Amino acid sequence: MIIASNVTKSFGKLKALDNVSVTCNKGQTIALIGPNGSGKTTLIKTILGMVVPDSGFITFDQHNILHDWKYRERIGYMPQIGRYPENMTIAHVIGMMKDIRKDAVSLDDDLIHAFGLKAMENKKMRTLSGGTVQKVSASLAFLFSPDVLILDEPTAGLDPVAAEILKTKISKEKERGRLILITSHILSELDDLVSEIIYMQDGKLQFHKSMEQLQEDTGHVRLAQAIAHIMKSQ
Amino acid sequence: MKTIVKYVMLDLLKNKIILAYTVVLLIISFGVFNMDENATKGVLSLMNLSLIFIPLVSIIFSTIYVYNSSEFLELLVAQPIKRKMLWLSIFTGLTLSLSVAFLVGIGIPVLLYEPSLTGLMLICTGLFLSVIFTAIALFASVRTRDKAKGIGLSVLIWFFFTLIYDSLVLLVLFQFSEYPLEKPMIVMSMLNPVDLSRILMLLKLDISALMGYTGAVFHEFFGSFAGSILSFVMLTIWAIVPLWFSVRMFERKDL
Repeated sequence: MIIASNVTKSFGKLKALDNVSVTCNKGQTIALIGPNGSGKTTLIKTILGMVVPDSGFITFDQHNILHDWKYRERIGYMPQIGRYPENMTIAHVIGMMKDIRKDAVSLDDDLIHAFGLKAMENKKMRTLSGGTVQKVSASLAFLFSPDVLILDEPTAGLDPVAAEILKTKISKEKERGRLILITSHILSELDDLVSEIIYMQDGKLQFHKSMEQLQEDTGHVRLAQAIAHIMKSQ
Repeated sequence: MKTIVKYVMLDLLKNKIILAYTVVLLIISFGVFNMDENATKGVLSLMNLSLIFIPLVSIIFSTIYVYNSSEFLELLVAQPIKRKMLWLSIFTGLTLSLSVAFLVGIGIPVLLYEPSLTGLMLICTGLFLSVIFTAIALFASVRTRDKAKGIGLSVLIWFFFTLIYDSLVLLVLFQFSEYPLEKPMIVMSMLNPVDLSRILMLLKLDISALMGYTGAVFHEFFGSFAGSILSFVMLTIWAIVPLWFSVRMFERKDL
C-alpha cells in the first residue's frame, strides 16, 4: 500500500534518512523502532508529504505522492507533539477538520466520547494540558475512519486510563484490516499489537521483519528483550 | 480553498490589530480632511502618509501573522489539502482583510470629501500597495524559519523601498547629472512599487510641473494611456512575482 524507495533526506549536515526503502501492506500493524534521532518521525513526515525527500520517492497505492494530496484523505495522523492554533477551542478544531474533510464517508467519534472531550469542548487549545492535547490528536486521527493510521508516540503523555482506551481502539482498528504505523519507546505496549517491526538507526533502515521472524532470530518472545538483544549485539 | 479562507478570515476578524489599523486610518483621514479647506491638499497629505504607512503595516502584520499561524499550517499540511491552496488561502485572507481595512479607513473618507479621479487613484494605489507588500511578506516569511530574522528581513525590505531606494536614485542622479537621465528615471521608478504609486498620484495632482523637465517627461509617459496601463501592469507584476516565488518555496518547505 505504501512503498518508499531509496528515500534520502538531509537537514544540513545531518542525514535524517539515508537510502531508506520500506513496503507497508494493508492489514499490517508495523512498529517503527529506533533510538532518539534515528529518523522515525522524519520517515513518517515524508510519507505524509510534510517533508519533501532529497531523493527517492514514495508511492501510495502505486501513485507517487509528490504533487498528490488526495491520498491524505485516507490517512489519519497523530503527531508526536500536536500543535494547534492557540485561540481555537476543541470544538472549533474538530469542526474545522470535519469541514475540511467533508468527503469522509463515515465519522468515528468513539474516542471523543471515550476521552470525555465533549465536556470540555469550549476550552481553548492554549489552556489544555499536554495529555489533553494528545487526546485531541488521537481523536482527530481516528475521526474519519481512515485506511491508514500513522501514530507517532501515541501514548506518550497520556494517563494509564486514556492510554488503555487508545490501545483498545488501536486493536479494534487493526481487526478491521487497517494499515497501522506506530512508533513508541514503550516496547511492552506494542507486544500484542504489532505484526511487523522496522528498526532504524542513524537514518538507516536496519531491518524490516515480521514479529515471528524476530522472535525466532533472537530467541526472545517479548519485543523489549528482542530489541535489547539486537542493540547489545551491535 | 473557500473553507480555509473562511477560517483564516475568522481568525483575522478576531485579531484586534486589523481593527485598530482601520480606526487609526479613519481618524487620520477625517483629521486631515477637516483641518484643511482644500480637499485636494488633504489627498496629497493622505498620499504621503499612506505611501509609508500602508506598506509598513501590510508587510509587518502579514509576516507576523504567517509566523503565528505556523501551528495552523502544520496541522493542515497533513490533511488532504493542496499546499498551494493552503498558502493562497492565507494570502487571500490577509489581502482581503488589509484591503477592507484600507477601504474603510481611507477609501470612505476620500470618497466623501474628494470623489475625483485623484481620490480614486489614491484608493487604487493604496489597494495595490496592500496586496504587493503582503505578497512580499509571504516571500520573506517562507524563506526564513526564524521569526526574528523573518521580521527583520521584512523591515529591511520596507526600509529599502521607502528610503534606501530613493537615496540610491538620487545618488545616480547626482553622479550622472551631465547625462540625460529622463528615460532611465522612468525605468528606475518602475522598479519600486512605492515610487511608482507616488508618481501615478503626483501626476494626477497636476504638480508635475514642479518637477522640471523630468516632470514633463514623466507626464508625457505616465500621463498617456499606454503609460498608465503599463504602470498598472507593473504593479500587478510586483504583486504576482513575490507571491509566485513564495508558493514555489512553500510547496517544497519541510514542516
